[in-house]
Order: sequence, then structure tokens, then C-alpha cells
Amino acid sequence: MFEVDCRGLSCPEPVINTKRALKSHAEGVIVLVDNRVPLENVTRFAHAMGYNATSVEKDGEWKITIKK
Amino acid sequence: MKVSKEKIGLMVAGGVVGLSAIILTVFGNPKNMGFCIACFIRDMAGSVKMHSAGVVQYMRPEIIGIVLGSFLISLCKGEFKPRGGSSPFIRFILGFFVMIGALTFLGCPLRMVLRLAGGDLNALVGLFGFIAGIAVGCFFISRGFSLGRAYKENKIEGVALPVVNVVFLVALIAFPSLLAFSETGPGSMHAPLLLSLLIGVIVGALAQRTRICMAGGIRDIILLNDWTLVLGSVMIFVVALVGNLVTGSFKLGFTGQPVAQTNHVWNFLGMLLVGLASVLLGGCPLRQLIMAGEGNTDSAITVLGLFVGAAFAHNFKLVGNATENGPNVWGKSAVIIGIVIALLIAFFNSKIKEEK
Repeated sequence: MFEVDCRGLSCPEPVINTKRALKSHAEGVIVLVDNRVPLENVTRFAHAMGYNATSVEKDGEWKITIKK
Repeated sequence: MKVSKEKIGLMVAGGVVGLSAIILTVFGNPKNMGFCIACFIRDMAGSVKMHSAGVVQYMRPEIIGIVLGSFLISLCKGEFKPRGGSSPFIRFILGFFVMIGALTFLGCPLRMVLRLAGGDLNALVGLFGFIAGIAVGCFFISRGFSLGRAYKENKIEGVALPVVNVVFLVALIAFPSLLAFSETGPGSMHAPLLLSLLIGVIVGALAQRTRICMAGGIRDIILLNDWTLVLGSVMIFVVALVGNLVTGSFKLGFTGQPVAQTNHVWNFLGMLLVGLASVLLGGCPLRQLIMAGEGNTDSAITVLGLFVGAAFAHNFKLVGNATENGPNVWGKSAVIIGIVIALLIAFFNSKIKEEK
């Protein structure tokens, strides 16, 4: 799956990058974030776009898997 | 269901901020200024004698409380994460010009909402400018604007700004003779210290939990058609409006409004500058204080920019004077220069990244 590295970026950039990535990879993407705010915002955005979003935390970083 | 929980949280936080603003005004803060992050930071800059405008000097406990409230709750919730390094000096400059724009209008975005709730129609002109500035910022964000990544930093760096605020609090309580305090004007009007501090802590904690942000709410609508975050600002307006009606402080009109000026062009352009620079910074001045409390040192630098901007604004007499009709020629120049610099920063940091 295509991976979007949004670690160290603050909102709204992670959401915008996710949006852009989903345009070219409509089947789904993986988003890496290291803060709770982008985790919440990217998840909310994915749901609003009709995707499923699941996240796994490891060492203060989250891997969000977004797919149909 | 998580989404609706978020919305409820934002509405509760907005309601508490609106109510707190009314309480603070009743207990002595200037009219329509229960909170004004820009004005209060300006007062603090005056209190530590970085400027000598005698009417706007006070060590505002609300600001100290907001930073410490955010710091303490983020520590408890495991969200205190020292980080920084995302174009700090550019953020300082943007913070500087946010303050120039805000003091031209005479209020930060939060006070703009509170002024609207008090019936001050100049704030409506400001709101149009604010939205215009945010729209320009969103244009650059959708074209790939970024100030770059932030990286982990050590704990000492992250706690530095909260510690500075503790020092300010100690100075205010134990060594007030070190500080300057206004005897007349807005700086002399304030609620009792402990009440201001307590309300600041509560608001700081709630704002940290809910990510409430005046600029972010409008930005999310323009950029993502997401109406979640704006609910906070709407509730601040509604509750403060009801509060003003109940306490008899509501007065509809342009003229004779408390701590306001009526020059439409410069109210519009001042808030345009605030909206544009805030979106580039990722949040309004309130949000910067909250993120600084969470250990974000880029936001701490931005707050320092606000501080220095306030000192310059008064030392060089750039600000919109409440008794005159808007800023003088130097103040107007400063706003225009700010807009140009913000646009240049936005332009040179935007690039469309191809996702292949």
C-alpha cells in the first residue's frame, strides 16, 4: 500500500497530504503520524470520505490504515 | 460515534469560554475583552517594560493560566510532547505580524468573536477580513504549503515556556514592584488575580482537549468542508451573546464600541493579515498558546513573536488607536508589509508534491 509519511507535520497538512494521496491511490493508503491531533483529523477525514480507518500505536507514533 | 463526541466537546468548551469571558468582564476586565490573547500578551509585554504605553500594562493571569492549563492537562493525558524545528524564525516573523494585524483591528480572533457577541459591527468587518485571509492561506495550503517537519526535542526545551509563565506568576504575586501596571486605560481594568488565573487554567485545559481554534474552524470549512471545529467558535459567540444580553452589555452598532476603532478598510486588512498568518502558522493565537503548553517549541517561538510584535507596535505607535480613526501611516505601512511578507513566505514554501 502507498505510504504517506506525515510525522512531524502539523494539521492541516497530514489531512491534505492524505487527501492528495487518496486521489492517486483510491484503493487506500497508509498514513504515518506522530501526534494525536493528526491521528484524530486524518481518521475523521477518512470516515467522511467513506473509507475505513484503523490505527496502531507504536512508540508514540501511529500507523493509520485507510481502505474501502 | 466518535465524531459526535468531538462535536459535543467543542460545544462545551466553546460555551465555557463564552461564559468565562462574560464572568471576567463582569468582574473587571475591559468590555468585550473577557479574553483577548493579542491584547493580553501586549499588556504583558508592557508589564515587563518592553513597551511604555502606560494604558496597556498588566501581567494578565489569564494567559499564564491558559499556558499552564494546557501544560498540566497534556502532561496528565500523555500528550505533552516536546517538539520543534519547523521553520522557527519564519514562525517568529509570522507571529510578529499576527500581532501587528490584531492590534490594528484591536483584538485577536477570539476577541473578534466576543466583540461580535457584544454587538460591535466593526468586528463583522474584521470577520470578513479574517475569512478572506484564511481563504488566501488555504489556497497556498492546497498548493502544498508547508513550513517543514518538527522533530522531537528534549523535555527541558518543552517545559521552558510553561516555566517562564510560572516565573511571571511568581513575579505578579510576590514581586509586583518589578512590573509596570497601568493606572488608567484598558490595562488598569482587570478581574481579580485568582479568578483570572483559575478561569485561564480551565479554558487552557478545555482548549487543549478539544483543539478549539478560531482560524482552524474556518480553514477546515474552506479546505475540507468540515464543520466540526467551527462549532467551538459558534458556541463562544452564542453564549457570550446571551451573556451580554442578560447583563445589559449588548450594544449594536459601529460607533462608541469599547476598545475599537471604526476604520473599515484597516479593520478588514488587519484581520486579513491575522487570518493569513494564522493559517500559515497552523492556528490562531489561542491555539498557539495551547500548543506551546503541549511542548511545541515552534508555537513557543510564535508566542515570542507575538510578544515582540506587541512591543514594536506600541514603541513605534503602529496600532489602531481606539480614540482615533484607525492606524497612522506607519501602522498602515506595517500591515501592508506584513501582508506582503506573509504572501512571500506562503509562495516560497508552497510546492505541489507529486504522489506517484
